[in-house]
Amino acid sequence: MTVIEVSSLRRIYRTRISPWRRGSREVEAVRGIDFAVERGELFGLLGPNGAGKTTTIKMLITLLLPTSGSARVLGHDVVEDPRAVRRRVGYVFGGDRGLYERLSGLDNLRYFAELYGVPAREQKARIAELLELAGLAGREKERVEGYSRGMRQRLHIARGLLHKPEVLFLDEPSIGIDPVGARELRTTVADLRNAGTTVLLTTHYMFEADELCDRIAVIADGRIVAEGTPAELKSRVGEGSVVEVEVFGDAGSVLPALRALSGVRSAVVEERGHSEVIVVRAEPGAEVTQGVLGALDGISLGRVATRQPTLEDAYVELVESA
Amino acid sequence: MSAAPAASIPRVLAVGWWFHLKMLSRSAFNGILQILWPLFFATIAFFLYGIDGDDRTLLYASIGASVMGVWSAVSTSGSGAVQRERWQGTLELLVAAPVPLASVLLPVTTAMATVGLYSMVTTLLWGRLLFGIDVSIEHPWLFAFSVPATVLAIGMLGFLLSVTVVRYRSAWALGNAFELPVWLVSGFLVPISILPDWVRPISWVLAPTWGVRAIRESALGGHPLPDLLLCLLLGTVYLLVGVFAAESILRSARRNASLSLS
Repeated sequence: MTVIEVSSLRRIYRTRISPWRRGSREVEAVRGIDFAVERGELFGLLGPNGAGKTTTIKMLITLLLPTSGSARVLGHDVVEDPRAVRRRVGYVFGGDRGLYERLSGLDNLRYFAELYGVPAREQKARIAELLELAGLAGREKERVEGYSRGMRQRLHIARGLLHKPEVLFLDEPSIGIDPVGARELRTTVADLRNAGTTVLLTTHYMFEADELCDRIAVIADGRIVAEGTPAELKSRVGEGSVVEVEVFGDAGSVLPALRALSGVRSAVVEERGHSEVIVVRAEPGAEVTQGVLGALDGISLGRVATRQPTLEDAYVELVESA
Repeated sequence: MSAAPAASIPRVLAVGWWFHLKMLSRSAFNGILQILWPLFFATIAFFLYGIDGDDRTLLYASIGASVMGVWSAVSTSGSGAVQRERWQGTLELLVAAPVPLASVLLPVTTAMATVGLYSMVTTLLWGRLLFGIDVSIEHPWLFAFSVPATVLAIGMLGFLLSVTVVRYRSAWALGNAFELPVWLVSGFLVPISILPDWVRPISWVLAPTWGVRAIRESALGGHPLPDLLLCLLLGTVYLLVGVFAAESILRSARRNASLSLS
């Protein structure tokens, strides 16, 4: 059964150029996207910052009206029947915001339990269950302002699950969380999916999408540029190798020369810590290492490695070509 | 799993009111302001009217000063509170909840008005203890009814303001902008009879005008009932307009993406 149906969905933001003059500037954040999510599926919306992921989620949870197109969640139109959608979905976003800092975690959960109509006699048990799930049992009476970022994120998840939503929207939930916290979060999300909750997750972390998602839509510049299982997306660049060269110098200036080499599909520069790495993706069967090193003549080089493509390579290639 | 049951609106209002009251009590800054404001107002009023030396005039002034405190709490802090919800990212979560927007905004301003109620008590105590004013009340029952009715009506006016804050990011400044004019136009400190004629209609549509009159009439002797009824009527009108406007304003906010900061 399809629980999320998105058809030709568009959203344009209009901002006034100046309070004193007429006229506005338009930004088309989502440019007519289509996708569908089946019940029980964990669907990933993967894309860089500003690609339109959050705008899409906000339209689906009824915080924004689409400019055109349509979206239905659990059979309810997000424009015509927003309250029915709100009763059935949960929304969790990443980062520090979205909590009442001066109050305790328990106060936060009690308030939202009321807003979501959790019956009074069930609230105590439900909140205790979620505090346990979120690993916050014993800390629930402390003020949120004293919580770590990971604790806040887990409290967000607990809040989003209070009313046992059929569909959970997670907007970059692991942003800013340490690796251990992010791993715990992924375990929680996977458990939710296993328990039957449909999840729509946005992220720009490849490994997160690869590990969790049943299907992924890659979104770039407001358009869906690819859709499929992680394996299907990887197979797009699955044949052929990837050459990585650590460089010290003006790496950007050599990219045109690298892209012009025979057998090269794409070439990009990635920042990794204090160094820059040129990542060259080769056509299947092409041997490009010598050509790449030749083109980098005169630039100080570090480590050179050849490896098999990952989902990240598929993603970068899709986003670059969008 | 199924849809969440519909929330009980009276429970949402009551729990929300308590929740926001609790939050206000946790802010030392707000707390100090709420303690100091009414004392300033009361002191100014006593010195203004003190020349006369008449106890009843001073009681008239202290009632005006006390309602000023309620209005200040609601107008400035109430609209600021909704803006704070936007700033801390909770406004979107409140809107995403399956309850009418009015039911999450009303507790914010009524909690503020409740805090303002404190200013009323403080002002009267300040006047009694420091200036020795006789605070004997002519119609205690009507006084006891007029005070919460005025506080509630002021809360409803604040609710109307807060609805506009949802739509316009800078509308929180309206609360500050309206604070002083309403003091004047509602006759908190000076009788509205001395204001220009064209101001009168504005005074008439403001519930605090009738609220403060009802409190004064019940304290000093007179016929507070008509003023009390008008205060309640206007408060109800604000509530109904706010409830109906909230949904269309919310739709406009969804269209114009004004629920979040960016």
